[in-house]
Amino acid sequence: MSPAERAPTDSRRAYPSGVSGRITRDEAAHVARLARLRFSDGELDELAAQLSAVLDHAADVEALDVTDIAPTSHPHPLVNVTRADEVRPSLDRDEVLAQAPSVDSGQFRVPPILGDAP
Amino acid sequence: MRHDGAEAAAGRAAGRGAVTALAIAAAVKSGERTALDVVDEHLARISQRDAEIGAFNLVLADEARTAARNVDAAVSRGEAVGPLAGVPVALKDNLCTRGVPTTCSSRMLEGWRPPYDATVVQRLRSAGAVIVGKTNLDEFAMGSSTENSAFGPTRNPHHTGRVPGGSSGGSAAAVAAGFAPLALGSDTGGSVRQPAALCGVVGLKPTYGAVSRYGLVAFASSLDQVGPMASNVADAAACFEAVSGHDPLDSTSIDGACDPVVAGLGQGVDGLRVGLVAELCAGSARLQEADGLDGVSAVEGVAADVIARVDAAAAALEAAGAAVTAVSVPSAVLGLSAYYLIAPAEASSNLARYDGVRYGLRVDAANAAEMNVSSRTAGFGAEVKRRIMLGTYALSAGYYDAFYAKALRVRTLMLRECAAAYAGVDVLLCPTAPTTAFELGAKTADPLLMYLNDVCTIPSNLTGHPAVSVPFGSGDDGLPVGVQLMGPALSEPVLLRAAAVLEQAGASGGGAP
Repeated sequence: MSPAERAPTDSRRAYPSGVSGRITRDEAAHVARLARLRFSDGELDELAAQLSAVLDHAADVEALDVTDIAPTSHPHPLVNVTRADEVRPSLDRDEVLAQAPSVDSGQFRVPPILGDAP
Repeated sequence: MRHDGAEAAAGRAAGRGAVTALAIAAAVKSGERTALDVVDEHLARISQRDAEIGAFNLVLADEARTAARNVDAAVSRGEAVGPLAGVPVALKDNLCTRGVPTTCSSRMLEGWRPPYDATVVQRLRSAGAVIVGKTNLDEFAMGSSTENSAFGPTRNPHHTGRVPGGSSGGSAAAVAAGFAPLALGSDTGGSVRQPAALCGVVGLKPTYGAVSRYGLVAFASSLDQVGPMASNVADAAACFEAVSGHDPLDSTSIDGACDPVVAGLGQGVDGLRVGLVAELCAGSARLQEADGLDGVSAVEGVAADVIARVDAAAAALEAAGAAVTAVSVPSAVLGLSAYYLIAPAEASSNLARYDGVRYGLRVDAANAAEMNVSSRTAGFGAEVKRRIMLGTYALSAGYYDAFYAKALRVRTLMLRECAAAYAGVDVLLCPTAPTTAFELGAKTADPLLMYLNDVCTIPSNLTGHPAVSVPFGSGDDGLPVGVQLMGPALSEPVLLRAAAVLEQAGASGGGAP
């Protein structure tokens, strides 16, 4: 693991100057692991600069004192919607499984979850 | 009967050379034209020009002809056919069509055939509409130019060196090019309205929950809404009526029916109170004359030629009997920042489903975790990855409170301020997009610059309120300008009525440049 580096402030094309570099390459790499994505070091540097620029723009939101305002996660008050507990036809199993990358005995087939393949 | 006024309005709009959806439906119902003849005419236009425009990911010629023959058979048997009988419709390729590829313009879903139809697709079929194809979009609806498609960009039919806007750029271009009189798009931060503005067509973002999201591939679930695009207001209104209304398959669907919108389109705006949004109209001559707006902080970058058209729209509404005043919605300037935290956060969660297991691309690897990472890395394009990264960051430990939680509070602030504004005015007026259509490639290197396209459209998504973009003349470059009308929840009838007044003023030359 390389030591933490500041995102280059003279990064290619997009942000020649003025970007805070608030996200480092190592932080970008950490977020990529959480997001199950893989990037080259060059891509991580570019992402770090681009995400820093968006977060710099969001400094207006970050700076707000809104502690006494309740959050809104949704435009409508959400209520749990349930249907009657009756047996009904569902999607056709074969039609659904036909779209899967790999199928075995009516189930989705995946590589080993634990350890390496035999 | 209730379509009488609408058909007259549609007839006026037809002066631009397009045959309107309502005129087609009337002709098909009366037996004056066959649906097959109509669909063949549109398929011919597509084959003549879509190689140049790139509006469609997939043209469904055989399926469309079969559907048209079914409509014609029903008409000849004397059966009742729907309000959109024989009308060709283009569908954004993030709406599920059973057995028909639905790609979201992503390698991730290339070749995927959904096992069910979206509710809006079923409703269009029931209304007699004929689906002619699936239109291009920014991958997973993330973008403002339709350049982020895995299958290449769509071009603006008014100027093929310019973008059509996005993310519903294929649908907007299809309507503008006459490939279909109607199209459906989806609007998470302006993705129906902004491309409608750039392509010179009408685009409606309905009230959140007015149109079912069942079968719309999810981007940001608290913001996504399906909306109609058309060459004229009456067609957009008729399409909205056909697809809206409660759906038990969408738990966020509004309970109860939406008010009819077509019948009242001709009622005008006499006495309507219109508020010009100061924060989104910097440079408006009207704001300089307004009292009490000193110190208003407005968003930058809205072009003077666009603002001139908004001022002209205000004048046209006044001439039709509306009262226009300037109003302040201070949190409008925070909308962009809040949106680009909330939407990527929801997207990062929604797109976690693309794991190479049940559908979509799989890149094989020695174990499931590696397969997961490799599939996602190969399947998603750069902008989708960028938003997943941004959203994952905003939701991650240590940053949740600083960014995401505050963005949700901005949403509350915006709802409060809109409620206050709507105590004094019935609708709000502002630009749809900050500029006319820009050149392909002009903003692809700078994501933030691209995001700024959505600055005027985002507030309606954050509040869940409806908004419509209606063409109103052109900018200095001769390309279309759209003006935006916003209203409180379920105000579609009044928004579309006001849009019809602007359309008529524009068509009669009263507001044309």
